[in-house]
Amino acid sequence: MPIKTESFYLNVGPQHPSTHGVFRLRLSLDGEVVTDVEPIVGYLHRGIEKLAETRTYTQIIPLTDRLDYLASMTDNVAYCVAVEKLAGIKVPERAEYIRIIFSELMRISSHMMAVGFYLNDCGAFFTPVLYMWREREKIIDLFDMVCGQRLLYNYMRVGGVSQDLPDEFMPALKKFVDEMPRYIGEYNQLIKQNEIFLARSKGVGILPRETAINIGASGPVLRASGVKWDLRKMDPYSLYDRFDFDICTGEVGDCYDRYWVRMQEMTQSLRIIEQAMKQMPDKGPVCADVPQFFRPPAGEAYGYIEAPKGNLGFYIVSDGSIAPYRLHIFPPTLINITALRDMVIGWKVADLIIIFGSMDVVLGEIDR
Amino acid sequence: MKFERYGIGIAKGLALTLKHLFRAPITVQYPDEKLNVSRRTRGNELVWFPDKCTGCGTCTKACLQGNIILVTHRGEENKFIVDKFELDSGRCIFCGLCVESCPYNALAMGVDYECAKYRRGDAVLGKEKLSLSEKHKPSAYYRPQFAAELPEQSLLLYNRKEGGQKLSIFPLSKRKRGPHA
Ligand code: SF4
Ligand code: SF4
Repeated sequence: MPIKTESFYLNVGPQHPSTHGVFRLRLSLDGEVVTDVEPIVGYLHRGIEKLAETRTYTQIIPLTDRLDYLASMTDNVAYCVAVEKLAGIKVPERAEYIRIIFSELMRISSHMMAVGFYLNDCGAFFTPVLYMWREREKIIDLFDMVCGQRLLYNYMRVGGVSQDLPDEFMPALKKFVDEMPRYIGEYNQLIKQNEIFLARSKGVGILPRETAINIGASGPVLRASGVKWDLRKMDPYSLYDRFDFDICTGEVGDCYDRYWVRMQEMTQSLRIIEQAMKQMPDKGPVCADVPQFFRPPAGEAYGYIEAPKGNLGFYIVSDGSIAPYRLHIFPPTLINITALRDMVIGWKVADLIIIFGSMDVVLGEIDR
Repeated sequence: MKFERYGIGIAKGLALTLKHLFRAPITVQYPDEKLNVSRRTRGNELVWFPDKCTGCGTCTKACLQGNIILVTHRGEENKFIVDKFELDSGRCIFCGLCVESCPYNALAMGVDYECAKYRRGDAVLGKEKLSLSEKHKPSAYYRPQFAAELPEQSLLLYNRKEGGQKLSIFPLSKRKRGPHA
């Protein structure tokens, strides 16, 4: 009698520690090898796009905090950039610099979480994360000092930022920027040459350059595949054309490259912050004169920025009333995980976990 | 994957962790030791100043949760008299938009953060509970006039000598036993 074999179906998630949220992967396995994978999203859906239709333009800002909850500040910025485009509001110079400093701090913090949890998935259980959390805590302290909360900042406003920086902020930021390169060196000493880590991540989960471009990936995932693309350089929004920094790219697009691109971007972000601190005007308005209940003219606008995870866009349609007619969010991670199937087929289950970890997925943003 | 020599990278990493064994811890023993929150903290339980409030209702419109219930009637000289000012802190997301919008500085965020309640009904704060009291202090979020009264934020960035986070080198031996122990 011939032996009939069937592929084995396995659910990873929705409550699985390495899915970084409520995310479900339906795997088809041949032994231990993944033959097919179907990502199932929607467990964290809160209907933010619909809720936004019943809120005024200012009231939507706290909702955008809840998208990518590890990088709320850049979500705020992206939304405000879109509304400013729609209503034609000019942001004061000092506010632009504050936005840039905070976006870059947020990028460092978000990359630290991404790299830390990626190493966690690789098996370095919580030691590197806690080293990185220590510095993330310092960034969060700075955010707390300025906007009063540690995770859901609600700091950006249409036309600027909500409050000016307190006096003690600049010295603290300067100390952070001076200290940080040493800690980045520490992270590199801790893990970069670790043989187990290299063996697990080099050559694993390759995303070829063509596929990355075809699916429209963005952020570190795209740059790790060797594409020199960064909205801050390619289409400088805000004042990014005044800064001198490099776009970091990987070579082959494997998990190691995605890790290493993020580590290098932290250094580049520090460079931007340093220059912004020098160039920032000491005084001046931090918000354009925009009333809290304002009505932009009817029309539509698409505002986009380079968020830590990639190209984040907000599409707003206004009918001239106090609330938007439609708000659509274009999240980078949702686009990036469409490449997951191509990347994991043929790898083992243990590799699937680290490939998924290297994508830096935040479910709040995928499900909205 | 092939390496020329195995173990160098791992040894380097372990050397770093070994070094950290001799450093002071940066954590604090929370219920016994507390850090100062930021002066602008958006803590729980907002503070409402009845003498300043004119009953204009801007805060109720600014709240994205529809969370503030305000009932007024016309008193003498056609001024509003506030009959009811109620805020459900269980539904509040502490975004601070109401504080930001109040034109008469009559509302401020609180500094408290240990506000768990046993019943949902207790989370609904009325006029008395929202008013200023010994335990109920306003934070400087959008109200810079209160900043001077609040202690400086303890930052992890600065070490203890620079006035930063209090570090407990021997946390367990010096620890005072609280009611939770
Ligand atoms: S803090 Fe925000 S949610 Fe709470 S009452 Fe004020 S506006 Fe409403
Ligand atoms: S906005 Fe201020 S003054 Fe007006 S009702 Fe609210 S608390 Fe009172």
